Amino acid sequence: MKPEPFVRVSGIASPMPEDNIDTDIIFPARFLLLTTREGLGEHAFADRRRHRDGSEVAGYVLNRAPFAAPRFIVAGDNFGSGSSREQAVWALLDLGVRVVIAGSFGEIFHNNCLRNGILPIRVEGPQRQRLMALAEAEATFVADLPTQTLTVAGADPIAFAIDAERKEAMLHGWDETDQVVARFADDIAAFEAAQARLQPWLYPVGVPA
Amino acid sequence: MNTPRTLYAKLWDAHVVRALPDGEALLYIDRHLVHEVSSPQAFAALREAGRVLRRPETHLAVADHAVPTRAAAPGADPADGPRPCDDPLARGQIAELEANAAQFAMPYAGLDGPEQGIVHVIGPETGLTLPGTTIVCGDSHTTTHGAFGALAFGIGASEQATVMATQCLRQKRARTMRVTLTGALPPGVSAKDVALAFVARVGSDGATGHAVEFAGPAVTAMSMAARMTLCNMAIEAGSRVGLVAPDETTFAFVRGRRMAPAEAELDRAVAYWRTLASDADAVFDREVTLDLSALVPHVSWGTSPGQTLPVGGSLPDPACLGDVDRASPAAAREAARALAYMGLAAGAPIAGTPITHAFIGSCTNGRIEDLREAAAVLAGRHVDPGVRAIVVPGSAATRLAAEAEGLDEIFLSAGFEWRLPGCSMCVAMNDDRLEPGDRCASTSNRNFEGRQGPGGRTHLMSPAMVAAAAVTGRIVDARGLLP
Ligand code: SF4
Repeated sequence: MKPEPFVRVSGIASPMPEDNIDTDIIFPARFLLLTTREGLGEHAFADRRRHRDGSEVAGYVLNRAPFAAPRFIVAGDNFGSGSSREQAVWALLDLGVRVVIAGSFGEIFHNNCLRNGILPIRVEGPQRQRLMALAEAEATFVADLPTQTLTVAGADPIAFAIDAERKEAMLHGWDETDQVVARFADDIAAFEAAQARLQPWLYPVGVPA
Repeated sequence: MNTPRTLYAKLWDAHVVRALPDGEALLYIDRHLVHEVSSPQAFAALREAGRVLRRPETHLAVADHAVPTRAAAPGADPADGPRPCDDPLARGQIAELEANAAQFAMPYAGLDGPEQGIVHVIGPETGLTLPGTTIVCGDSHTTTHGAFGALAFGIGASEQATVMATQCLRQKRARTMRVTLTGALPPGVSAKDVALAFVARVGSDGATGHAVEFAGPAVTAMSMAARMTLCNMAIEAGSRVGLVAPDETTFAFVRGRRMAPAEAELDRAVAYWRTLASDADAVFDREVTLDLSALVPHVSWGTSPGQTLPVGGSLPDPACLGDVDRASPAAAREAARALAYMGLAAGAPIAGTPITHAFIGSCTNGRIEDLREAAAVLAGRHVDPGVRAIVVPGSAATRLAAEAEGLDEIFLSAGFEWRLPGCSMCVAMNDDRLEPGDRCASTSNRNFEGRQGPGGRTHLMSPAMVAAAAVTGRIVDARGLLP
C-alpha cells in the first residue's frame, strides 16, 4: 500500500495540550475488531468526542468547527504511546491529519507514521507552547519536507530532523516492502546463508532457495 | 582491540543485513508472532501486492485478543464448539486469521488446541522464543521475550507485511539504559512491584528511545516468569526493548520446548548464547539502580502506568504539585484529570479504596507462577460479595498445569471464575470488560482511560495484591494476608 507523497503540507492545527495521549485514546480497542484500514476516522478519539449515548462532547477540540478535520495536531509529550495499533495512524490519516507536532512520541507510533505518510515533528518547551497558542488562534501551519522547516506566522521558523532515507521515502511515497525487495534481495540471501551456517537451529527447514 | 559491547549491541550487530545512514539498519527478523487483531491489514497488503511469506515456518499465529474466555454452557449446541463466540465481529476476525494462516501456509495454534494462549505466553512455551534471536509481533508487549536475551519489539501492521515478505525491517539503533537491581525482594513483593516501581521512577516516557537491560544480582535470582513480567512492562516506560542476559535459568527453561534446538545442537546453541551477556566494561548511555531490599507492593492510581504509588502512599494533590521540583503545571493538570477520571479524592490514602472487579491474567501476570502467588493468598478465603473476580490463565498449557496442581479448585472455592486462555479483561475487545464506573484490581499492564472498558477504572498491581483486594473488597497490602 503506497503512502501519499509528502512534500509540503499546510493547514489548521488542532491543539491538544495534554501529555500521554496514548493509542487507546486515539483509537479505542473495541474498534480494532474492524479489519479494514479505510474509513477509521469516525472512530478517532471516539471516547473524547462522544458521550456514551453517542451525543457530542461540547467543546472538545475535534468538535469545534475549524479543528474538526485538521491537517496538523499539536500535542504534549509522549503522543501515541502504548499499543502498537496502526489503526491510530490510519484513523488520523482518514481525518486528514498529515503532521503531528509533539514533545515526544511513542516509538512504534512514530514508525507507523513514517510508513503512512504522516510527518511526526518533535518540538519541546516554550517553542511548543507558542505553537499551541497559535494553533488555538487558528494560524496556518506549513510543513516543508525538502527544507525540513515548519513555518507558522507569528513564530520563528523551526527546523526539524528526519533520517535521510525516511525523508526520501516520504517525498516519493515509496512502499517500504517494495524498497527492501528491490534494494536488498541479495543482501538478505547472503545473510541467511551465513546465519544458517552459524546457527543452524534457526533453520529447521533450511535456507530459502 | 575489541570494543566492549552491550547485550543489545551484540544482538543488533548479529542481525544487520545492511547498515544504512543515520544509525538505521536493515535488520534480519528471525521469528514473528501473529495475532488476529493486528494482522488482517498486513495479510491484505501481501495479497494486494501478490507477495508470499519468505519463510512461513518462522511465524506462529494465534487468536488471543478477541476470543471469548467462557466455555460453552452445559447443554449448549455442540456445533458452536467448546468456546462459542457471540460477537460476529470477533468471530469474523478469528475466522479471518485462520483463513489467512491457511492461505499463506503460516503455522497456526488453533483456538481449541494445546498451544493456544496469549502470544507472549505461548512464544516462550513453544520454544519459538530463543536467546540471541530477533522477534517481532504486531503488539507492543513483545518486549516480554527480551527476558530470554532476544531482541524483541512491537511493530505496526505495515511493518508486519514487510517482515512476512522479506524477513527484514528497517530499524533505528536505540540508546541503551541499564537498570541494575540490587538487594533481595522481600516476601510478598514480586516482579510486578519492581516493574511498577521502575515505571514510576523513570516515568511513562522515561525510557523512550532506549533499549533497557535489567541486570544485577536480583535479576539473576529471578525465575523466567519474573523476568518476563519485568521486560513486559518496559514498554510502559516508553522502551520498545527490555532485555535480560541469558543464563542457566534461561537455558533450563528453553530445554525440551517444541521449537527449541535439542541435543548436540542445543549444546552448540548454548555455547553461543553464553557469549551474549554485556561485556563487563560495556558502556550504557544511562544507568539506573533500584534497591529491592526495601521495596513494598505498588499500586497504580491514575491513567498512565507511571502514576503509581507504594500501597501505603497517598494520592497526589494537584494543588500542591506545582511546588514539587520535577512537576510542572502540565503534571498538575494531568494529575487532576486522572483523579477525576478515576473518581478519587486528592490527598487520600490509596489503601482502602473499594473495588468492584478483580482480574488475574494477561501477558504480564498470566503464568503458572503468578497463579500460585495469587492462590497462596486465596487459600481458605472467599471473594468479597461486592467483587466480581475472574482468573484467566495465559495459555492452554498454563491452564492445564494449574489444574494438575489443584490451583483451579483454590480459585473456584474462593469464588473466582476459572476461565479459558486469552487476553480477556486486559483489553476489553472481547466479552470481558468493565462498565462505566467499575473499579478493577488488575494484574494487567495498562491503566489507560477505557482500557478495560469505556469508563472503567484500573488499578495495576501484583497477583498477590489482586487476590488480597478481591477478598477484602478494597485495595490493601497483601503482605498482611500472607501466611
Ligand atoms: S494480555 Fe493484554 S497486553 Fe498482553 S497481549 Fe493481550 S491485550 Fe496485549
